[in-house]
Amino acid sequence: MNGDAPPLPAPGEEVLYSESFPIRGNDFEHGGSVAARVKVILKQLGIPSDSIRHLSISNFEAEMNVIMYADEATLELQVLSGEVRVILADRGPGIVDLDLAMQEGYSTATPEMRQRGFGAGLGLPNIKRNSDVFSITSTVGVGTTLRYAVQFEA
Amino acid sequence: MTMRLREVADLLGCQVVTGEEHLDRLEVDACFAADLMSDVLAFSRAGALLITGLASLQAAHTADVADLAGVLFVSGKRPAPAVVELACENSIPLLSTTLSMFEACGRLFGAGLGSAVRR
Ligand SMILES: Nc1ncnc2c1ncn2[C@@H]1O[C@H](COP(=O)(O)OP(=O)(O)O)[C@@H](O)[C@H]1O
Ligand SMILES: [Mg+2]
Repeated sequence: MNGDAPPLPAPGEEVLYSESFPIRGNDFEHGGSVAARVKVILKQLGIPSDSIRHLSISNFEAEMNVIMYADEATLELQVLSGEVRVILADRGPGIVDLDLAMQEGYSTATPEMRQRGFGAGLGLPNIKRNSDVFSITSTVGVGTTLRYAVQFEA
Repeated sequence: MTMRLREVADLLGCQVVTGEEHLDRLEVDACFAADLMSDVLAFSRAGALLITGLASLQAAHTADVADLAGVLFVSGKRPAPAVVELACENSIPLLSTTLSMFEACGRLFGAGLGSAVRR
């Protein structure tokens, strides 16, 4: 992917569940299916419903960004006690100006993407708002990596 | 003020696309109207009825991930079979009315439903 080290849990942290989900660029027909599958898993694991909602909204926006702008990606889900983490690393064009991309309303979406209901420039800021931990890194011509987590009373 | 989805369907002369069995159980007190799903994901609270002209798979996924009560398609929009299947699997009722977005919203507002915009 983009050369970032794989996310490792800190010493003493126990990962209760982890799974990786591939996402393909331009695959609008399946846009949302990874978010939906992850939601089912989180429910089965008994994660609080408001945390699931926050994560699912982020996963859906992040998944659509891969479909709209990148070539391919892997969404990695890590469930720990009191925290769910997502690492979404894509191979794609990357983002030149991250501050701009994080601004509400900034979008390079095409009219076709807007017809699908996305491209309002709200995705990245909304992922940040729904997360307790959020970071985005990007290398132009290589790809973008999003990391976010939602925490809750274990 | 709350309305059962059954009452919504009756008021707007809706065709029930899927979820007939949930209409008497599910109640809504607020609606969110948009064709941009990112707007819904950013600004709607859970439990709302989504009113939209977007009959794509992403509309059903939006209702699922944002914990919405159901989806009302306006202007006679009818979702494709894959969308219906997805909604059915997730117990999300889909209604379709020939009324325009403006008229559908106006009638529901007039009936006392509120805005689901998160403050
Ligand atoms: N994974 C990605 N790879 C490349 N560019 C991206 C990626 N995600 C977002 N972007 C860029 O950041 C902009 C803002 O993203 P976002 O806030 O999700 O809004 P939107 O997708 O509605 O445009 C996008 O229009 C796009 O230019
Ligand atoms: Mg986006």
